[in-house]
Amino acid sequence: MSKSFLIDTTVCTGCRACQVACKQWHNLPAEETKNVGSYQNPQDLSFNTYKLVRMNEEEIDGKLQWLFFPEQCRHCFDAPCEAAADYPAAIFTDSATGAVIYTANTKDLWEPSDVIGSCPYNIPRQGNRGDLAKCDMCLDRVQNGLLPACVKVCPTGALNFGDREDILKIADQRLQAAKKRFPQATMLDPDAVRVIYLVAYDPKLYHDYAVASAGALGMTRQMALRKMVRPIKSLGSRLL
Amino acid sequence: MTNHWIDIKNSDCILIMGSNAAENHPVSFKYVNLAREAGATLLSVDPRFTRTSAKADFYAPLRSGTDIAFLGGMIKHILDEGLFHEEYVAQYTNAPFLVNKDYRFKDGLFSGYDPEKRAYDKSAWAFQMDENGVPKMDRSLKDRNCVFQLLKKHYKRYDTKTVSKITGTPEDKLEECYRLYAATGQPGKAGTIMYAMGWTQHTVGVQNIRTMAIIQLLLGNMGVAGGGVNALRGESNVQGSTDHCLLWHIWPGYLKIPQASKPTLALYNESATPRSSDPLSANWWQNYPKYSVSLLKSFFGEKATPENDFGYSWLPKVDDGKTYSWLDLFDEMYKGNFKGFFAWGQNPACSGANSGKTRNALGKLDWMVNVNLFDNETGSFWHGPGMNPTMIKTEVFMLPACVSVEKEGSITNSGRWMQWRYQGPKPLGNSRGDGDIILELGHKIKEAYADGGVFPTPILNLKWDYATKGAYDPHKVAKEINGYFLKDVEVKGKTYSKGTLVPSFAFLQADGSTSSGNWLYCNSYTEKGNMAARRSDKDAANGIGLYPEFSWCWPVNRRIIYNRASVDLKGNPWDKKDWVIRWTGSGWEGDVPDGGWPPLKSTDGILNPKSKYPFIMRKHGHGQIFGPGRADGPFPEHYEPLESPVEKNYLNDQMLNPVAPVYGTEADAFASCDPRYPYVGTTYRVSEHWQTGLMTRWQPYLLELQPQVFVEMSEELARLKGIQNGERVKVSSARGSLECTAIVTKRFKPFTIAGATVHQVGIPWHYGWRWPQDTVEESANLLTPSTGDPNTRIPETKAFMVNVTKI
Repeated sequence: MSKSFLIDTTVCTGCRACQVACKQWHNLPAEETKNVGSYQNPQDLSFNTYKLVRMNEEEIDGKLQWLFFPEQCRHCFDAPCEAAADYPAAIFTDSATGAVIYTANTKDLWEPSDVIGSCPYNIPRQGNRGDLAKCDMCLDRVQNGLLPACVKVCPTGALNFGDREDILKIADQRLQAAKKRFPQATMLDPDAVRVIYLVAYDPKLYHDYAVASAGALGMTRQMALRKMVRPIKSLGSRLL
Repeated sequence: MTNHWIDIKNSDCILIMGSNAAENHPVSFKYVNLAREAGATLLSVDPRFTRTSAKADFYAPLRSGTDIAFLGGMIKHILDEGLFHEEYVAQYTNAPFLVNKDYRFKDGLFSGYDPEKRAYDKSAWAFQMDENGVPKMDRSLKDRNCVFQLLKKHYKRYDTKTVSKITGTPEDKLEECYRLYAATGQPGKAGTIMYAMGWTQHTVGVQNIRTMAIIQLLLGNMGVAGGGVNALRGESNVQGSTDHCLLWHIWPGYLKIPQASKPTLALYNESATPRSSDPLSANWWQNYPKYSVSLLKSFFGEKATPENDFGYSWLPKVDDGKTYSWLDLFDEMYKGNFKGFFAWGQNPACSGANSGKTRNALGKLDWMVNVNLFDNETGSFWHGPGMNPTMIKTEVFMLPACVSVEKEGSITNSGRWMQWRYQGPKPLGNSRGDGDIILELGHKIKEAYADGGVFPTPILNLKWDYATKGAYDPHKVAKEINGYFLKDVEVKGKTYSKGTLVPSFAFLQADGSTSSGNWLYCNSYTEKGNMAARRSDKDAANGIGLYPEFSWCWPVNRRIIYNRASVDLKGNPWDKKDWVIRWTGSGWEGDVPDGGWPPLKSTDGILNPKSKYPFIMRKHGHGQIFGPGRADGPFPEHYEPLESPVEKNYLNDQMLNPVAPVYGTEADAFASCDPRYPYVGTTYRVSEHWQTGLMTRWQPYLLELQPQVFVEMSEELARLKGIQNGERVKVSSARGSLECTAIVTKRFKPFTIAGATVHQVGIPWHYGWRWPQDTVEESANLLTPSTGDPNTRIPETKAFMVNVTKI
């Protein structure tokens, strides 16, 4: 059955256990960082950082708010990156869970920048060897009946994971509850993605890419054209 | 905690003040969120807008060190508006007690102050007694000498205008906070406080907690589900180590440390055992000799006999009036009065207040043994910044300890739950568990004294049989702590045979026929097994999340203490839904009650002479609004920190707590109202690191999140000083300085204190020079002063004065 996340930012305390658990499970190296005048670190997602809690201080209606946004791949339905890659050995959707998976073959993508550019949430990052990386829904854990590492360690119930139907139900309950405190509370792109965010305020205040950038869902005309004339490199490697 | 972590979910209003639970006790927020889902209000009061504030329904700032002013204003509000729980206050607290007519409070001083000794003669802080030796009471609370009227008089001065002038909290915020929290005074409603070092680490630390305890008693919040006074402990087992007498002033189970003036056991027991003539007072501490003698039997086994006072005379006594706290020990060490030192599981070179003094003190030793997971700033102090290794004689030994998951044993969490933990992986390399190290150390010391020594008796007579097949056995220690019958003992017609484990502390004896390493833990490991290892998810009959068969909780598995105050005089719960205990007509159901006596009144309203007042650990059975036992006064009073930005205390004529300890070496400099140090400073922790960072700075994932020590400041202060966000700056106090990265943030705002602008900054204390190595990230405790609370001597690291300058 298709899986989904609910990320309820109204109860996220920004503890970042999810960020650490993600690195630990995937055995990703720590980045060497500096404090640049903020708790948020690293400053952005990277080839080695799939999950990042973004932190913003905003004055909303005259009151200070500290907004936490645990950012990760949304595992889109009809993922634009998958379409842009058009190369199932590199990017495919796991049929059982709906996880959008990148493999080491992403190094052979014809135009990795198209794949990156196709993402409405600005998620994929390229490594030194040309391959792309991002959140994999902890597919290995999920296939073995475990929760994704980030969800497992979340102390407050901000991160939730399960069968899509159940998650949609919880999301709806949480939204109704949140609206009592936050009249502007809303879910972000719930029909288009498997990682549904519940936010209390204007999503742009959390992160520029909290909601899909305008017109980005689906392929651009340029990408579609290029796909028509693309043949050799990826085809060749695919045959191997 | 009088209550426990899960119980937070039962609260109607949660005040987080003096702690930053979302950041430093992240798991607690699971229960905070459950309470909020059920409609609870979350209040955050903190000098700085924190991750806790970010989740709160209400936030108010206050200047560090002014909590008593803030809370004193709440007491006044509750009394003025009549929001207290009248029946609870009149029946269960000492509000009706009449106080000695000589009691006075004037010019910031209580009766009996001796300025030379900086101490009080507390004799006037007593209650008036009737001809039977029972405190005189006026349950109508009208007598002008009763505690209730004295309380009203004391806090009359704490109007919101004066409070705001001191705390810098806007008056409307004070009023809103008071209104929201005081709403829990309604019978059936519960408010809870989650506090931590933000309240304790002050020269008025104990009185900060006292002020809140008074509020909780006024609102009827003690003993109820979702209420209580809840200290969030800073380490997984701080509660356990305190229970087992980590601190100098107690023996295990909060028994008193013996003084030189009490050379015999009889004198010691006599002075430590309270007497009550009130037949309705359980006065539980009347059992004191049973616990002290059982402890001595545990120390010395068969060597402890009635003839030798059970070995009482072998134990060290403290000099009367002298203190032996952390601050005192390092002061003596600094003066060269110590030869050796075990730094065991701690890092004083970074964790102690005034760390510069501490580091220099370590250099005055002949030897130091550092028992820890990694080398740290303490073990390596001799080659730290500013040190000249050729001038330091201290010989340092490192004993590598294994980590908690590599050994079996128990921890006791903040909620008093003793939880057994199994061994995971085996210890790495030559590292060993603390128990193994102590056990072998004990054997070696016994060997060294076998041929004599200055005073070998206590060492040779010490019972030291905690090994199985040569290795430390945590089960043997846990059983010793619980205690054994040492003879066949008959209690209430039943015989308990020699060598079996004591079922609970009600069975302990003062004649040497029982042992117990800690009476509070008697019932934790019985003939039924290791209670702490239980893992049932079955809840109690009241369904409020007590889970009585999950682990074990002191005392006698009572999950909410003083729970007999959660019911009215007839035994009916104030809160019908989230009830803790209730009287069935023949017994109590729900939690383990605070004694099985029947309710104070029968259903037809007749006083039951077999009943007892609910606050059974207090001599007179009542919750103490008037607290005559503290060093600094029976009512909390606002005093400024040792280092303060104001020239005047706007509530009384004393600046500093009149009995706060002050130390006199050249390393103890302080600067109050000094233009060189114009900003209030405070220290705190962040989610990403722990304590001095010994266990977290070496974790690359955590260093990635918080790589450098920082100082948080307002945009206004940054503008004033021309400081850019992310820039390295110097923070200094009268004692030391360090370099920090500036975090310029909206989360700090300047305070208006008595019409003037006062800036505050804050620094986490997780760092030290030893690691990471490519930068110099130092301890915030280089800045903090050597003074502290007069009752506990916990240092005042939460309010002091600093300067911030560009580098």
